[in-house]
Amino acid sequence: MSVYNEKVLEHFQNPRNVGTMENADGVGEVGNINCGDIMRIYIKVDGDERITDIKFQTFGCGAAVATSSMVTELAIGKTVDEALIMNNKDVAESLGGLPPIKMHCSNLAADALHAAVKNYREKRALHQR
Amino acid sequence: MRRIYLDHAATTPVNPEVIAAMLPYFHNNFGNPSSVHGFGREARKAVDEAREKVAKAIGADVREIVFTSGGTEADNLAIQGIVLAKQDKGKHIVTSAIEHHAVIDTCGFLGTQGFEVTYLPVDEYGLVTPADVLAAIRPDTILITIMHANNEMGTVQPIAEIGKIARAHGITFHTDAVQSIGSIPVDVNELNVDLLSLSAHKFYGPKGIGVLYIRKGTKIKPVTHGGGQERKYRPGTENHASIVGLGKAIELATTNLVEKQSKIRMLRHRLIAGLLAIPEVKLNGHPEQRLSGNVNVSIRYVEGESLILSLDMKGVAVSSGSACTSGSLDPSHVLLAMGLSHEEAHGSLRLTLGHDNTEEEVDYVLSVLPEIIERLRKMSPLYSQRYSIPVRT
Repeated sequence: MSVYNEKVLEHFQNPRNVGTMENADGVGEVGNINCGDIMRIYIKVDGDERITDIKFQTFGCGAAVATSSMVTELAIGKTVDEALIMNNKDVAESLGGLPPIKMHCSNLAADALHAAVKNYREKRALHQR
Repeated sequence: MRRIYLDHAATTPVNPEVIAAMLPYFHNNFGNPSSVHGFGREARKAVDEAREKVAKAIGADVREIVFTSGGTEADNLAIQGIVLAKQDKGKHIVTSAIEHHAVIDTCGFLGTQGFEVTYLPVDEYGLVTPADVLAAIRPDTILITIMHANNEMGTVQPIAEIGKIARAHGITFHTDAVQSIGSIPVDVNELNVDLLSLSAHKFYGPKGIGVLYIRKGTKIKPVTHGGGQERKYRPGTENHASIVGLGKAIELATTNLVEKQSKIRMLRHRLIAGLLAIPEVKLNGHPEQRLSGNVNVSIRYVEGESLILSLDMKGVAVSSGSACTSGSLDPSHVLLAMGLSHEEAHGSLRLTLGHDNTEEEVDYVLSVLPEIIERLRKMSPLYSQRYSIPVRT
């Protein structure tokens, strides 16, 4: 078990933007049950390609929940291009750091966001065809 | 905030009587037991008396007790010491898939040094089948090592029966009894063992001190070399204050054992009943053939470390077999060996009761846990899609 800083614990205890979303513009899921982390992110995107709403669901440890919560805070209001620039390390840094062992196993929230953006783009491409 | 400790399989608080027994040996009676003078003689006497207490507690002779730095060292000395002494007779070791890391990793290391290791499977309750032990024995088998009681789910193995098989084949038999001392009766003759490991901090003694019991006549070699202490099996100046603590602790732990454990067993029944009343919670391990203080459950759709953190925020200390708590990416090898899915192993929660726990504490845990589970389940993508994934039964 790892020692988390207060910000991580605060996000774990009061995660932002938990839930599902009906008619999401993009849904992304990363992780797998074998390593014990699954993260799913739902996004709503407006005409200017800006993320106007975001929700997450996570099965995982304290770091998995806190990074999911953090990435939703960071992503909201950003354009999808800006969201794609954000990486897992940025998320961990915004939380004031994670225990070293968690940096590679449970720090997947930005990947989940990228998967949601990718899904949004695929849907849109299909729609425009 | 109130604090409730339900992690007695990890470690226990040192009994104040044990501390009182130890204290004189740090300053007043600090001598080296090997010294000839009066300071040394006092220390030697204390070590001898502690050795008698240990021998009495497990039905052994004082010459069969070797003090070590704990359970891990005792396991290493047992396994590596036997292998060193008997490697000309064979290269095969039999153990189980659910051993403590001190045993399983030592066997794994020997596997890289030209030895062959058979890891016996366990049934759904975590029990080793004696018939499997018999079937695994080969002409070149030199050691069988099977734990007495498991640290994660508390299942108690049929050690006496396995010991009989080992003896009939002339194979040295070791058991790691670190979890069982002070919880169930441990007698080296009733258990038919040649070697047995124990550790003081699991039964209200200090950390950093343990014992390897070595039956008279067992061929074993030391794995560390130095002075003549512990009949050369474990050289190095004796940690006599801790040895005194271990002696006092084992004396206390094995006195009125049945009576004391029945109180803990009552708490266990209450805790298990309350946990199983929560939807989609299942008990891991054997319903009856388990340590009196051990409760291990899998809570579907949630992950163990999140449960630990949430309970910790309510002042309750527990543990889990999830990957995050095993220090690797895989969840507990014990739970997986019992046939649990990765999800069930990641969602496992271990609550281990001790002498100081009360009914009221158990009820408090049962009152805060459903809320925590509900919160985490609401957050879990596995929960919202639960009707679309097949449920393991």
